[in-house]
Amino acid sequence: MIIASNVSKQFGKLKALDNVSVTCNKGECIALIGPNGSGKTTLIKTILGMVVCDNGFITFNEKNILHDWQYRANIGYMPQIGRYPENMSIGQILDMMKDIRGNKNQILDEDLVQQFKLNDLLHKRMRTLSGGTRQKVSAALAFLFNPDVLILDEPTAGLDPVSAEILKEKIITEKTKGKLILVTSHILSELDELVTQVIYMQDGRLQFHKNIATLRAETGQEKLSKAIASVMLKMSL
Amino acid sequence: MKKIIKYVMIDILRNKIMLAYTVFLLLISLSIFNLEDNSAKGLLSLLNIILIVVPLVSILFSAIYVYNSAEFLELLASQPLKRRTLWLSIFSGVAGSLALAFFVGAGIPILLYEATPTGFIMLGCGILLSVIFVSVAMLATVKIRDKAKGIGVAILLWLYFSLLFDGLVMFLLFQFADYPLDKAMVGVSLLNPIDLSRILILLKMDISAMMGYTGAIFKNYFGTSSGLLLSGMVLLLWIVMPLWLSVRKFNRKDL
Repeated sequence: MIIASNVSKQFGKLKALDNVSVTCNKGECIALIGPNGSGKTTLIKTILGMVVCDNGFITFNEKNILHDWQYRANIGYMPQIGRYPENMSIGQILDMMKDIRGNKNQILDEDLVQQFKLNDLLHKRMRTLSGGTRQKVSAALAFLFNPDVLILDEPTAGLDPVSAEILKEKIITEKTKGKLILVTSHILSELDELVTQVIYMQDGRLQFHKNIATLRAETGQEKLSKAIASVMLKMSL
Repeated sequence: MKKIIKYVMIDILRNKIMLAYTVFLLLISLSIFNLEDNSAKGLLSLLNIILIVVPLVSILFSAIYVYNSAEFLELLASQPLKRRTLWLSIFSGVAGSLALAFFVGAGIPILLYEATPTGFIMLGCGILLSVIFVSVAMLATVKIRDKAKGIGVAILLWLYFSLLFDGLVMFLLFQFADYPLDKAMVGVSLLNPIDLSRILILLKMDISAMMGYTGAIFKNYFGTSSGLLLSGMVLLLWIVMPLWLSVRKFNRKDL
């Protein structure tokens, strides 16, 4: 579904992405793992077209995304730090997105809006929101239009345990519907029950892209966090 | 595109600065027209204020607005929208509201007190200048990432167009006083939209006789209807060129 071929991106002297090639298919739930500054968010942003890569290309459903924009209708994106127009209220943001992105015969998925009880906060302005509530708005927006692909950048960071659990449940439901889900997180334990594949990045380079079953078999570890730790150890040796 | 323009316009029209700008223009123009017994003279006084204030407010307001809507741009860039649509919508929203503010603040008094061809040209020039400086500000903001630096550059650009450019032209004129520069001056004046508007309006006011021989040359070029058409085209070019460059840059910008 999404194929990135030899994607490179440089910010000044820093190589954010170095010849990264990945293939993501429908029905997969892929964890993007790597240390801080390893290029995870940059990779996500190049897929979304928010960052234009220097070399290589990305295709979405066999179409190059470079001059395309309609493909983003199939993507729900939850940014790591949701930045919203400060003097708009939650209700206005939701309405605006529905107005801009939705069409009449689209079924909106308002599960998260309801479960996060955002309906009670509709009049609140974005600048008054706490980090967690912002995350809830981001999550609700990402799932709102029933996209085929969900890209979640640190989805549970800043959420309270109850909300994090709601979001995880939601991700699992969407996964069973056969959607492609790309998720980054530093809390590996919460990825255990979600992911089917692991992409490990370091210094802008793709280290490996493996099925989780293979990874478990190779390392002999059941837990993802331990499996990754043993791989990292092996690599540094 | 219409939907985004709608949201930008709503956001700007709620802004108190925009209201203050409109009221300020309204007060200035009404008081000038009421102070002068001859409304043509009032128009001349108004001209000088408009040529200073309109570009300054346009360029500063739009630069600050674009920087402040970085979040808005980022949010919408991840949605199924063309980058170009996004950028042009912001431009249309800002330019539309500034032009509207000028029309309400200065245009209506002009139409009330001095609905002559001169008045119409002044109205047209004011609206074009508003839009031109939005376009210039868009180019400056897309090139410069840092907000403080970008707003500084916007102020410098305004300073250049309203003061430094004239100083430079004067300097050149005095340095090359021995050469016939009258025709070259026509070309040079096309390089600055503020000067071009000033010349256009002054010529319509029939005080070009006060500008000496160069004034006569200007009258020959700009006073005719083809000259008017040409300068109108040049003013439009001043909108289109910076905007086109900024769209090109924004299409490849990392958000």
